[in-house]
Amino acid sequence: MEIKAKLKDGIVVVKAMAKHPMLTYDTAKKQGVEANFITHITGTVNNKVVLDMSTSQFLSKNPIFKFSFKGAAAGDTLVLTWVDLKGETVTSDTVIK
Amino acid sequence: MERRKFLGFGIVAAAAALVPGTLSAEDYRKTKPDVWTSHTVDDAIAKLYGSSKTIEQGVTLTAPDVAANGGAVPVDFSSEIAAKSVAVFQDANPEAAVCAFTLNENSIIDFSIKIKMKQSGTLTVVVEGRDGKLYSAKKTLSVALGGCEG
Repeated sequence: MEIKAKLKDGIVVVKAMAKHPMLTYDTAKKQGVEANFITHITGTVNNKVVLDMSTSQFLSKNPIFKFSFKGAAAGDTLVLTWVDLKGETVTSDTVIK
Repeated sequence: MERRKFLGFGIVAAAAALVPGTLSAEDYRKTKPDVWTSHTVDDAIAKLYGSSKTIEQGVTLTAPDVAANGGAVPVDFSSEIAAKSVAVFQDANPEAAVCAFTLNENSIIDFSIKIKMKQSGTLTVVVEGRDGKLYSAKKTLSVALGGCEG
């Protein structure tokens, strides 16, 4: 996962891209494979939840998302984790600038 | 304190430390599985929040009038409402729900996501306020090239 997190005026703005094919049920059926897409993304800073997102098959392929939160300082580590329909989990982190 | 009880506490504390964050997060895919199989927006909202009655104010939703590529339609939404959760729906695809966020005191409602739309349709963003009311914004857009193949 590619993540950028920047602190400005007390607000951390995060841009992230998860690498995932996000195969919908329709597409998977046409290709004769099993559907698979990210179902949940969680973001934490210092063990506090800053992003909690349940997702469906309709996020784009390699979904890009942007979100903001308060209560973190520059130098803190942001940890993002996604899990997909097959149960695969990927965790990435970045230091807030 | 008895030694056995004391050790028990230690295990609970260790477990809590190992799974940070998941304690206050809600996975709507597990708690509300019906939402994700609903075919209409109203139905999906009702399954998620118990009612599909929303007040159309207080939420800003931005998306292009014409999306060239339905495989990645940029959707931005923001709101000042003190809210418990936000959810995004559309009526262009076989199922209505796109994603749902749960919020806490650190959250700011200012999200950008990219979504797939098979054809032209209407986006609906619903904000569940802490006052228990549902606020929404809608945006109808044309999709030039359908994107469910992506």
